[in-house]
Amino acid sequence: MATTQIIAEPGMPQIVITREFDAPRALLFRAYTDPGLLVQWLGPRRLTMSVDHFDVRDGGTWRYIHRGADGTEAAFHGVFHGTPSLDGGIVQTFEFEGAPGHVSLETVTFEEHAGGTLVRTNDVFQSVEDRDAMLQSGMQEGINESMERLDELLARLAPVS
Amino acid sequence: MAVEAVEADDQLSVVFGALADPTRRALLTRLTQGDATVAELAAPFKVSQPAISRHLKVLEQAGLISRHRRATARLSHLEAEPLREVTEWLARYQAYWDESYERLDVLLAALQDDHDEHPG
Repeated sequence: MATTQIIAEPGMPQIVITREFDAPRALLFRAYTDPGLLVQWLGPRRLTMSVDHFDVRDGGTWRYIHRGADGTEAAFHGVFHGTPSLDGGIVQTFEFEGAPGHVSLETVTFEEHAGGTLVRTNDVFQSVEDRDAMLQSGMQEGINESMERLDELLARLAPVS
Repeated sequence: MAVEAVEADDQLSVVFGALADPTRRALLTRLTQGDATVAELAAPFKVSQPAISRHLKVLEQAGLISRHRRATARLSHLEAEPLREVTEWLARYQAYWDESYERLDVLLAALQDDHDEHPG
């Protein structure tokens, strides 16, 4: 199964997320830019996503909300810079309304790769602290983790020959 | 969802700094198999024992290893707790994208089936 790779280097205000999909890139682009499709996949299943507005054009704004079963809400908004396109990707600002003023710049690209599509998301934050706060939050409240994660980490820390 | 400064940030920075070096990561991997002396740890590397000692000092300062004596040997011991904190730190963010993208896989498959059944 495809794995999501997240690279967050120490001391750098940046996160790079890459993932391969077994689908043509035009379809990926649709899933990212059609709000009716976006709500069907972005975020964990236990949260309901609703799109307040989603104006896919240069200077167009977007806003969406994740709602939990307990009524908690997390809203996000941003602005598209340049009209999103298959070849140019999506460039947008991103701001969590619970932490106003902490804005990141996100670039999503869709590359043909091994018969499928490689989606690369590059998030640049205003500071390392902002980046770390986003990673720390995990965008969601707690998920139980176990020592298995330690095993996985150590497995990834490949020995040098 | 809480986006706020976390007290442990400084410790995390130190741990990440220690993990940023491939030799130090390899030393940690070796220590998962059991405690070892500097000579044992240095054996697989082309670098000198003093260089390995310096790496061990960085790992010790980050709390990733402890060192104790057994007879005349000084042994390094892996301390798992800081590593666990680091992995939890990223785990929730990773889980968000893992689950989102798994949902996207399902959606893409459905869209492709739909297109196959109703071409054009």
